[in-house]
Amino acid sequence: MSHLLEVKNLDVKFDTDEGRITAVENISLSVDQGEVLGIVGESGSGKSVTAKSIMKLNPGNTSYNEDAEIILDNENVLQFTSKQDLKKIRGGKVSMIFQEPMASFAPAIKIGAQMVEQLLIHKNINKEEAKSISINMLKRVGIADAEKRFNQYAFELSGGMRQRAMIAMALSTMPKLLLADEPTTALDVTIQAQVINLIKDIIKEYQMGVIFITHDLGVIAQVADHVAVMYLGSVVEKGPVNEILKNPKHPYTKGLLQALPDINNLDAPLSPIPGNIPSPLDRPTGCVFRTRCPHHNTEGKDGKIEMKLIEVEPGHWVDQCGIKCGQNG
Amino acid sequence: MGDNLISVNNVSVNFDYQENFISKKQKIHAVNNINIKIKKGSFFGLVGESGSGKTTLGRAILGANKISSGNVIFHDDERDYDLTDMNKQDLKEYRKKAQLIFQDPYAALSPRMTVRDIIAEPLEVMRITNSRQETDERVRDIAAKCRLNIEHLRRFPHAFSGGQRQRISIARALVSNPKFIVADESVAALDVSIQADILNLLKQLQTELNLTYLFISHDLSVVAHVCDVVAVMYLGHIVEMGPSRELFKNPKHSYTKALLSSIPSIDPEKRSEAIELKGEIPSALNPPPGCVFRTRCPNPGVDCKGGEIKMGLIEVEPGHWVDQCCVL
Repeated sequence: MSHLLEVKNLDVKFDTDEGRITAVENISLSVDQGEVLGIVGESGSGKSVTAKSIMKLNPGNTSYNEDAEIILDNENVLQFTSKQDLKKIRGGKVSMIFQEPMASFAPAIKIGAQMVEQLLIHKNINKEEAKSISINMLKRVGIADAEKRFNQYAFELSGGMRQRAMIAMALSTMPKLLLADEPTTALDVTIQAQVINLIKDIIKEYQMGVIFITHDLGVIAQVADHVAVMYLGSVVEKGPVNEILKNPKHPYTKGLLQALPDINNLDAPLSPIPGNIPSPLDRPTGCVFRTRCPHHNTEGKDGKIEMKLIEVEPGHWVDQCGIKCGQNG
Repeated sequence: MGDNLISVNNVSVNFDYQENFISKKQKIHAVNNINIKIKKGSFFGLVGESGSGKTTLGRAILGANKISSGNVIFHDDERDYDLTDMNKQDLKEYRKKAQLIFQDPYAALSPRMTVRDIIAEPLEVMRITNSRQETDERVRDIAAKCRLNIEHLRRFPHAFSGGQRQRISIARALVSNPKFIVADESVAALDVSIQADILNLLKQLQTELNLTYLFISHDLSVVAHVCDVVAVMYLGHIVEMGPSRELFKNPKHSYTKALLSSIPSIDPEKRSEAIELKGEIPSALNPPPGCVFRTRCPNPGVDCKGGEIKMGLIEVEPGHWVDQCCVL
């Protein structure tokens, strides 16, 4: 069976005044129906840029490489240029949930009107039907008084409620793929737990594919089936969630796990990853992590090892320089 | 009093609120009847969700918010300062001794000033140093302690990453040689790999410079790691307080328990063990009478459901205080 989404050898570059910036380099990912792919990484690692490429939402100064492919439902998204085609993916086959729901709703238009508007664009239905679908969706995501909320503005809802409304809006067109970009980061832990459970239920119910972007490894452990760890625009390790979190091979993944304060083990020292993330303007050649790698091997440190993922266990891929470092301890 | 640096006695902070100019004036009870003692050299943690009043309490202790009732005493070596009864001169003195580190290192630093000027500004404003040379000396000194290089001082903030910016903020807070630091969500905006570095730096500076911290955070795992004593706040009240290890190992209040269980576990095999709290934090305009948590409490007793039990902390173990509603 072919995958729902397959990203092959994607490079994304931005042309800026200071030069051409490589935001994403040579990424290959796939998502199946009913599966959650988690993408973790720190700020600047290219998680959001990757997700936005799938909807071709990156700004005008973006250039993609010639041989890249983003196959969604047997069509290459990167070949789409007409408004008609783009409409099919943006909000149709693919929906996106953002981090800050306040910023994603128009402040001066009622929530209901925004939900109806996008349904009318994507579905062949009338206003009445769109309204009933929207209200049912609001009920489904656990919003009490859905009829009342339908006629309210985004600022009248609390943060958790807004995020639920955002999810309802994203799901009402029944997309095949949901892109969730840090959907729980702005929420309190108790609300975060509610939203995570909601997203999990809905994935099960509608059998859609999901890309879940977050910097929080705990959230990944709770929702994802597969994980890709990104650093400075490259995937350094990917595989099933259990493998990656329990048996990490790449020094960056290990470092991230060690830097995380664990409430069950208060005696463990917090070990930061030394140094800072380099600017994408002077992206290191060879292994991107070499400037901060604590276990560097000599060749890798000099940038002589090219980035390349190698399968170490079935389904568990690690960058080859990282494997060498792993052998060093 | 000897070993306490800060005593917060029955402090409440109310804000006036008027929805529009014809509606009735109301009071928002942001912080209610708080009693805490912060020991010298301790790392005191304050946790809670947004809207629980932790920042308001932190600002009240710094004298940046008006205290509606109760008082805050700062026990300095020679004398005590009462924050509710201070003249301008005293306030100036107090500001040298108590400083704040902000959450967002991108918003806290002026983009038009060099790092040297940013760090030197408190010294100049408070007229602590007498000559430019002395100022420079102190700036260099504190910058080195916060692991900034000398050449960093000539640059502007935009050239720095989040972690470095936060180190600049810390250096600025510490340059006046304060004794007490309020760190308000100081690592929340940072990446995990950098967060650990800043936490370690705060710890190290604490021993080096003999500092006392009030560490405000929503992240329980961070608080559990760095703080000695923790107070959990909900809707303007402290619901549980105690030594951090004891409190996290043996939480008594149902809110603390729910908070702890909501932290997403890093182990993929331990999924959804969270005690899911229904609904959201109520508005501080009309908090529920009696126990403020009862509207969301997963296992309320008969008395507290009706709101008959007043808020009040009871000492269940030495130093471990829990709101009485959850103990009875």
